[in-house]
Amino acid sequence: MSTDAHAAHAAPTGFVRKYIFSTDHKVIGLQYYFLALLAAFVGLALSLLMRLRLAWPTMEFPLTGQMLPEQYLALMTMHGTIMVFFVLTTAPQSGFGNYILPIQIGAADMAFPVLNMLSFWFTFAAFVVLLAAFFVQGGAPISGWTGYAPLSAIGESAGPGLGMGQTLWIISIAIFCGASLMGALNFIATTVDLRARGLSLMRMPLTVWAWFITAIVALLAFGVLLAAGILLLLDRVAGTSFFIPGGLVVTEKLLPHEGGSPLLWQHLFWFFGHPEVYIAILPSMGIASHVLATFSRKPIFGYRAMVYAIATIGFLGFCVWGHHMFASGMSPYSAIAFSLLTMSIGVPSAIKTFNWLGTLWGGRIRFTTAMLFALGFVSLFVSGGVSGLFLAQTSVDQPLHDTPFVVGHFHLIMGVASIFGIFAATYYWFPKMFARHMNETIGKLHFWLTFAGVYVVFMPMHFMGLFGQPRRYPDLQALSFGSLLDPAHKFVSIAALVTGAAQLLFLFNLFWSMKKGAQAELNPWQATTLEWTVPSPPPHDNFGGRTPQVYRGPYEYSVPGETEDFVPQHLPASTVQAQGD
Amino acid sequence: MPGATLAEELRTANDRGGRPPAGDPGGRGDGWGGGGRAGTPRRAYYTGLVLGLGTILMFFLALVSAYIVRKGLGGDWRATQLPPVLWLNTGVLAASSVTLEAARRSFRQGEAAGFARWWLAGLLLGIGFLAGQLVAWRQLAAQGVYLASNASSSFFYVFTAAHGLHLVGGLCALLYVAARGWSHLLRTDGLAAGMAAAYWHFMDGLWVFLLLLLYFGR
Repeated sequence: MSTDAHAAHAAPTGFVRKYIFSTDHKVIGLQYYFLALLAAFVGLALSLLMRLRLAWPTMEFPLTGQMLPEQYLALMTMHGTIMVFFVLTTAPQSGFGNYILPIQIGAADMAFPVLNMLSFWFTFAAFVVLLAAFFVQGGAPISGWTGYAPLSAIGESAGPGLGMGQTLWIISIAIFCGASLMGALNFIATTVDLRARGLSLMRMPLTVWAWFITAIVALLAFGVLLAAGILLLLDRVAGTSFFIPGGLVVTEKLLPHEGGSPLLWQHLFWFFGHPEVYIAILPSMGIASHVLATFSRKPIFGYRAMVYAIATIGFLGFCVWGHHMFASGMSPYSAIAFSLLTMSIGVPSAIKTFNWLGTLWGGRIRFTTAMLFALGFVSLFVSGGVSGLFLAQTSVDQPLHDTPFVVGHFHLIMGVASIFGIFAATYYWFPKMFARHMNETIGKLHFWLTFAGVYVVFMPMHFMGLFGQPRRYPDLQALSFGSLLDPAHKFVSIAALVTGAAQLLFLFNLFWSMKKGAQAELNPWQATTLEWTVPSPPPHDNFGGRTPQVYRGPYEYSVPGETEDFVPQHLPASTVQAQGD
Repeated sequence: MPGATLAEELRTANDRGGRPPAGDPGGRGDGWGGGGRAGTPRRAYYTGLVLGLGTILMFFLALVSAYIVRKGLGGDWRATQLPPVLWLNTGVLAASSVTLEAARRSFRQGEAAGFARWWLAGLLLGIGFLAGQLVAWRQLAAQGVYLASNASSSFFYVFTAAHGLHLVGGLCALLYVAARGWSHLLRTDGLAAGMAAAYWHFMDGLWVFLLLLLYFGR
């Protein structure tokens, strides 16, 4: 046993074990982060191509010429899949969670380091398989990131990309499910069993709470998607009829399937799919809470309420999947239940929002770039959340369903809000990861361009939806009112190109600062949690072979009677007046 | 030194040329160290097992809910007659759980030979169950009932295949315990055997549930 322990304890020296097949949670966290960064730029590029097609339908692209409608749909499918799975699920949870969670709870690593390595490489394989869909006969699938049956279930006769491309899509998602389940299991076991002495549940930083709850949600959700994916694959390759109804005629040919239900796919998919949007946003809520408290120099307002709210959101996330299906012909009685449950998520969401504002109130706010992105997160969360209350009502959803109103809504609240969480986390923890600061001037320029840009891109989509424009149409020339929307589409596309270009500032700042950024001290933000007590970057086993002891809650800022305006979690109680939990 | 950061303390400790004060400040006292690198605490393995079983349960519950919904659509549903050999298989699987527990009892009593005998019996019974499931598939195929014949038979093959694959994983765990041998069991206080057996019992119970569903819900 002791020799095993020492072998595992020592830092690996070979390049492969150190950087490629590493079991160090920090290396794995960075691997996830850079994979997500690559995926984000691929996904961004796909969306910009779509915007070009929408604004200038006859535009000639180099090499490929004018974009065909099915190519537009393939871009849409791949943009959604890449962004949801490989960016929003990967960076905030697997990336930052891996790097920061073990250090914040005072552990030397995750509970199962080898499993951790496997889950990253499964994710990587899933990404490669997904991208391969671009290069097979027929190209990438056109059935959307939701892979709606029967379109996704029939095979190549249903349309371009629905042969090999769709099969690769399903296999990629199945591998991703396996990776996420391994990761979630590891996160929960680590949080439950590896916390330092004194770190009770109610002393955990809200980031840890968010990663923990997200992992529970992922653990319960991804198995369902895996099951659904297997049934879908069998419909495609083995001739079963889980999701394909009888009497379906495709290209003048009667299909041999009978009795399957496309709605069954929707139920299974959205039972996973709705929790998935919380998997994307909850970690960013934790990051925003953490950053807001640090830079307001105040304890987070209503710590316990924040914990209960995030747990409630995680739980309710499993009860509302039907609100994606109001227009599917589901029973109006179930629709009412789903509608009420959906609106009830507004309660914990409002608790969180008011607590964020309460944290800011009267604080001595430091407007760092990380803080700006956390504030931007709150703004986007509110803007996107309010339109969610519109869509939660069945009667309002009927006309707005399948319009860009929905696109605007979920991009603000899930897409961009979560991305802002990633940016906030990047600017905040960069000094810990690389011992240098990112450039604040470029960072602030990046923030303002991105913040204004995303509103300019996504707010008009709400109005296009109210105007009655259908969603997923590559061009609107055939609609009687289509040309009226042309100027708006050109405006949005130009804004999207500018906002997309602004992300190059971030990319430059990130890599330039790794080499040339100003040296960062150990605890540059005067923050309280354990990651700021270890060297930057932290050594292989974080705490040099010992476990720290925690004596207090995570947000003791501006404690009356203290000389400094922050009291780190590892300081013994005897040095300050007795504090509450 | 209350104001010092851990990093500073570490540096001083390193300057002294030694490790920080001995005595496992993590204080877990269970001989498994304080964190991932120094050895994951024993209970984390059981936490991981319970979580893994939870996600397997969600996977099967998704299939079960699909089964109930798909059957409720009526129309084309033709009940699949279960091959009688399934009942025999179920007895074999239950017996394998019993022998694994007998093996663990032998371990607690320190009887290496008894453990090996019972554990091997459990392994063979497990293989016997999987072979029996293959026989059931052959019997169905002989009647012309295949994966795509009807939604009911589709679900039968999906359930048995998914459960069988999970049992193959369980067999690997049983083999791992057998391969590591007695001394490893002693050193780890039977951790792997306990986990493998718990997983096996879960798969046992899951099979009984699936069989009853397929029988009464056909």
